[in-house]
Amino acid sequence: MGIIATSRLKSPWIMHFDNSSCNGCDIEVLACLTPLYDVERFGIVNMGNPKHADVLVVTGPVNRRTARVLKNLYEQIPGPKMVIAVGTCGTSGGVFHNCYNVLGGVDKVIPVDVYVPGCAARPEAIIDGVVLALQKLAKLQGVAL
Amino acid sequence: MNAWIIAIVTVIVAPFIGGLLAGIDRRITARLQGRFGPPILQPFYDFFKLLGKAKIASSRLQLIWIYGYLVFMVTALLFLVLKLDLLLLVFVIGFAGVSFALGGFSSKSPYSHIGANRELMQMLAYEPVLLLFALGVFAVNGSFLISEIFNNPTPLLARLWPIFIAVLLILTIKLRKSPFDLATSHHGHQELIKGIMTEYSGPYYALIQLTEWYEYVLLLGLVYIFWANPWWAGLIVAAVAYILELLIDNITARMTVGWAVKFVWSVGLVLCVLNLIYFWLLPIKGVS
Ligand code: SF4
Repeated sequence: MGIIATSRLKSPWIMHFDNSSCNGCDIEVLACLTPLYDVERFGIVNMGNPKHADVLVVTGPVNRRTARVLKNLYEQIPGPKMVIAVGTCGTSGGVFHNCYNVLGGVDKVIPVDVYVPGCAARPEAIIDGVVLALQKLAKLQGVAL
Repeated sequence: MNAWIIAIVTVIVAPFIGGLLAGIDRRITARLQGRFGPPILQPFYDFFKLLGKAKIASSRLQLIWIYGYLVFMVTALLFLVLKLDLLLLVFVIGFAGVSFALGGFSSKSPYSHIGANRELMQMLAYEPVLLLFALGVFAVNGSFLISEIFNNPTPLLARLWPIFIAVLLILTIKLRKSPFDLATSHHGHQELIKGIMTEYSGPYYALIQLTEWYEYVLLLGLVYIFWANPWWAGLIVAAVAYILELLIDNITARMTVGWAVKFVWSVGLVLCVLNLIYFWLLPIKGVS
């Protein structure tokens, strides 16, 4: 199983889901894919398909509409999977926390592994978040990152 | 006995070559886009990671079809390395494509249906060209056998260069490169998710990647036989063709399926037919 465990750490495919963010964090997530940050160096690929993803990157606060979608997407990702909540909104609801339709952070609906704070979270911070998630996975599997 | 050894070695070695080709593809693509790019071994990491993921299948039938896809593709490759019949090889490639499309149709997802439809349209575009390629080889060698190509000292490229151009077009379709990246969409996630591959996950998706690696070797092998004598000339032709495909992938936009069929038929088929007419109307000395 060694080769599978190390391969897991080297090819995290992410899927990005936008709950109801102001789009600030989404642009930062996409910035990670640009030549300046180029996350494909680490084998990170942006997938549009939950069935192929390993890491779910969620931006924005959960509202009553998106909660159902978010849960559905999470369930479609085959395990082992990781969830990263990006931005102040994703972690706690942020500026939208007391809106009538907002439930709060992503962890109100699905279990979150890593929180990346910031409004908007910087691309470096998001990449750091993915690395942190991988470290967590490495510790769980008992292999060195 | 010798044939068995060649067959077994091919089945084992081809995925490694295909995976490396895919890795080189990703690296060169990244460099063309001004990025650093993943390690060359990245496709293998992806493959093993996918093997270790949970097995979720949205329909059992689908799995049978992708095993069919794999088996037909390996069979086609074996036809090539054992230097058997080119015409049968073309038919077996057709079976592989149909298996894959039927796999796409056997789940309920609309994305995979659109992808499978497009796959069939692409087959409509490339199958006639492959068939005419086989006929062209027959016109030159008087036989469909690939071993005859290896025995002929003059390369196919000298007499079949219009067909070669058409085969390069087919290569772009079969490698799922940009103007024809329609059935699976490497980049158009918002439009098609992952097209025909949408419903496969984990180990089953790994199986599709494995099949694609066999397919890479098979397709570049088909380019290789255009200059089979001496052996290294074919390798150069195949390498140049592959780099050219990567370049085309990066400098063109994705087009529509209708355009793809029209384009391949109006350019590829016409080139093939002209080449064949040339052979049959003006028989050259020394050609049977
Ligand atoms: S954290 Fe800030 S930038 Fe990100 S979605 Fe919320 S308000 Fe927008």
